[in-house]
Amino acid sequence: MKKLLILAALLLWHGSLSAGLTIEITEGAEGALPIAVVPFGWQGPGQPPAENIGEIVDADLKRSGRFKTLPPKDMLARPHSGADVDFRDWKVLGMESLVVGQLRPNGTGGYLVRFQLFDVFKGEQLAGYSIPTTARDLRATAHHISDLIYEKLTGQRGAFATRVAYVTSMAAAEGEYKIALQVADADGHHPQTIVTSTEPLMSPAWSPDGRKLAYVSFEKGRPSIWVQEVFTGRRQKVASYKGINGAPAWSPDGRKLALTLSKDGNPDIFVLDLSKRTVRPLTRHYAIDTEPAWSPDGRHIVFTSDRGGKPQIYRVSANGGKAQRVTFEGDYNARASYSPDGKSLTMVTRVSGAYRIGVLELDGGRLQVLSTGRLDESPSFAPNGSMVIYATKKGQQGELAAVSVDGRVRQRLALQAGDVREPAWAPYTK
Amino acid sequence: MIMKLSMLRFIPLAVAALVFAGCTSPQMKSEGEAAPVVETGAAGQQGAGEAGEGAQTAGMTEGSGWTGSPLEDPQSPLYNKVIYFDFDRSEIRAEYRDVVIAHGQYLASNMTAMITVEGHCDERGSREYNIGLGERRANTVKQLLIAQGASTDQITVVSYGEERPAVMGSDENAWSQNRRAVLAY
Repeated sequence: MKKLLILAALLLWHGSLSAGLTIEITEGAEGALPIAVVPFGWQGPGQPPAENIGEIVDADLKRSGRFKTLPPKDMLARPHSGADVDFRDWKVLGMESLVVGQLRPNGTGGYLVRFQLFDVFKGEQLAGYSIPTTARDLRATAHHISDLIYEKLTGQRGAFATRVAYVTSMAAAEGEYKIALQVADADGHHPQTIVTSTEPLMSPAWSPDGRKLAYVSFEKGRPSIWVQEVFTGRRQKVASYKGINGAPAWSPDGRKLALTLSKDGNPDIFVLDLSKRTVRPLTRHYAIDTEPAWSPDGRHIVFTSDRGGKPQIYRVSANGGKAQRVTFEGDYNARASYSPDGKSLTMVTRVSGAYRIGVLELDGGRLQVLSTGRLDESPSFAPNGSMVIYATKKGQQGELAAVSVDGRVRQRLALQAGDVREPAWAPYTK
Repeated sequence: MIMKLSMLRFIPLAVAALVFAGCTSPQMKSEGEAAPVVETGAAGQQGAGEAGEGAQTAGMTEGSGWTGSPLEDPQSPLYNKVIYFDFDRSEIRAEYRDVVIAHGQYLASNMTAMITVEGHCDERGSREYNIGLGERRANTVKQLLIAQGASTDQITVVSYGEERPAVMGSDENAWSQNRRAVLAY
C-alpha cells in the first residue's frame, strides 16, 4: 500500500514539474477507476504545440482521486482514433475506460482537438467530440475534455476547468512583505496576480458568476472591502467603515454581500446591498460575530460566534431574527461554508489542539474530520462538491491542499516560493 | 464636571510615579525592541584597579542626560509599547497594567498626542475570527487608556489578526510573542 502511494507520488511529481503548483497524492485511492489516456496524436506539419493535452487530461483524472491512470510506457499500443483501437490491448491491462485523441492545425493559430472515450469491456464509444481551440486555450480545452470524461464516467459534473483564488506572501525587505491576491487554474497552472500590496490582503470571495472577487485590503493602514472584476481588473471600494471591514460573502444572486463590521463597537454581521449601497445589521451581539456564508438557496446565513464562550457556528435567517447554534462537537469551530447542494458545511475544527478541516452533514450528521495538519484553515468546496481545498502548513510555509469529501484522497498544491493561504475555489463561470 | 476630570487625571499620575519608582527594567523588557545593553563594568567603576590596562572607561551619572521624549527613554515605562496576551484571551495581564496606565496618563497630559492601538493574534484558528479577537484585545487596551483620562479621539484601533506576526514560527515561544497589542504613536 505504502509503496503504491510513493510510486503514485513520484509519477505525479514527474508529470507536474513545470506546474506553478505541484500536486501529489498523499493518500491511497482504492476503488479508483482504471483508465488509459493515450498520448494525443499530432496530424500536421511542423512541431506539435508544447501543451500536451493527453498529459493534462491524465493528470486531471488522476488528481481527482476517482481514477487510476495507466503510464504511457506500459501501453501496448498508442492509437489516436477509434478505428485503430484493439480492445484486447486494454482488457489485458485491466483498463475499464480508454481515451484516444488527436490534434491538428485549424486556421491561423488555431487547432482542432478530437477525442473519443470508450468502454473497454463493452467495446463501445461513450463519447466523441471535436473541439476547435487556439494555442492560448489549449490547457483550458484539455480541462474541458477532463470534465466531459469525468461527468460521463461518474455522473457528476467535473470541476477541472475552474479556477482558484488565493493569497501569497513573500518576504521583501527586512520586516516587509509583498502580499498578492492570485488566481490560477484549479490545477495550479497559469497563476496570475490581480492585486499586490505591502499591507495584508485577506478573505477572497468569488461572486456566484465567477467574474468578480470581493476581498479585504489593509492598504492605507486599515481594512476596507473591495470588489474587483477578475477579467478587467476594475475595482470598487464597497465598505470602509470605522473598525473592522471583513469576511465578505456573496449572496447566491450576486446582489448582496454579507460582511463583518465593527462600526458599532464590536464585530457583527451586516448585509450590504451592492446596488443601493445600504447596510443593514443581521446580528446584534456583544460577542464576536464574523465569517458569514450564505446557503445556496439564499435563505440562511451561517457565521462564527463566540457568544457561547468559544467560537461555534450559528445559523440565522437571511432576513434576520434569532440565531441557532449549529455545531456542538468540539470547543472550536469556525469559518463555515456550505456545500453546493446545501446539505453540509465545511469548517475549521479543533481536534485535540490541532486545527483541521471538518465537514458536517446538516441533517443531524456527525462532524467528519478530513485533514491531518496542525494548522489547517480556510476550507472551500469545489463547485461540484467533490473536494475541499484548504490552507495547511508545511514547516514554516503555508501551502494549499485539497481533499476529497470522503477524506480518502489528499493532495498538496505547493507554490514554489512564498507563503500561500486562503484558497477560494471559484464557481463555474457563467 | 470639568474640574473632576482634570483631578482624575492628576491623581493616577502621582500613584503611577510611585509604582514606577519600584519598577525594574527587566520586567519591562519587550520583544522586538532590544533592551538597553548595560555593561556591568561601566558606571561608577572607573577606579584605580583598572588603570594601566590601556583601556579607560568612564561612567556617566545614572538617570541624567536624557533629554528626549519619555516615549524614547529606556528608563521610562512609556518606552514599552507592546503588551502580551494569553491564548484566546483579551484581558490585560497584571504585569502589563502599569505600562498601559502610564500610556493613558501620558495621553491625558498630552492631548495632542495620537496613538494607534494594534491588536494581533497568533496564527492558530481562522483568520477573520482572529481579526475580531485582535480588535477585542486592542479595545481592552483602549478602555484602560481612556480610564486614565485619555480621550477617545486620541486613539485609533486597528486589528491585524494573525496577518502581521512579530515572530515567525509555529510554537508557543513564537505564538506568545505574536499575541499582542502594540501602541504606536
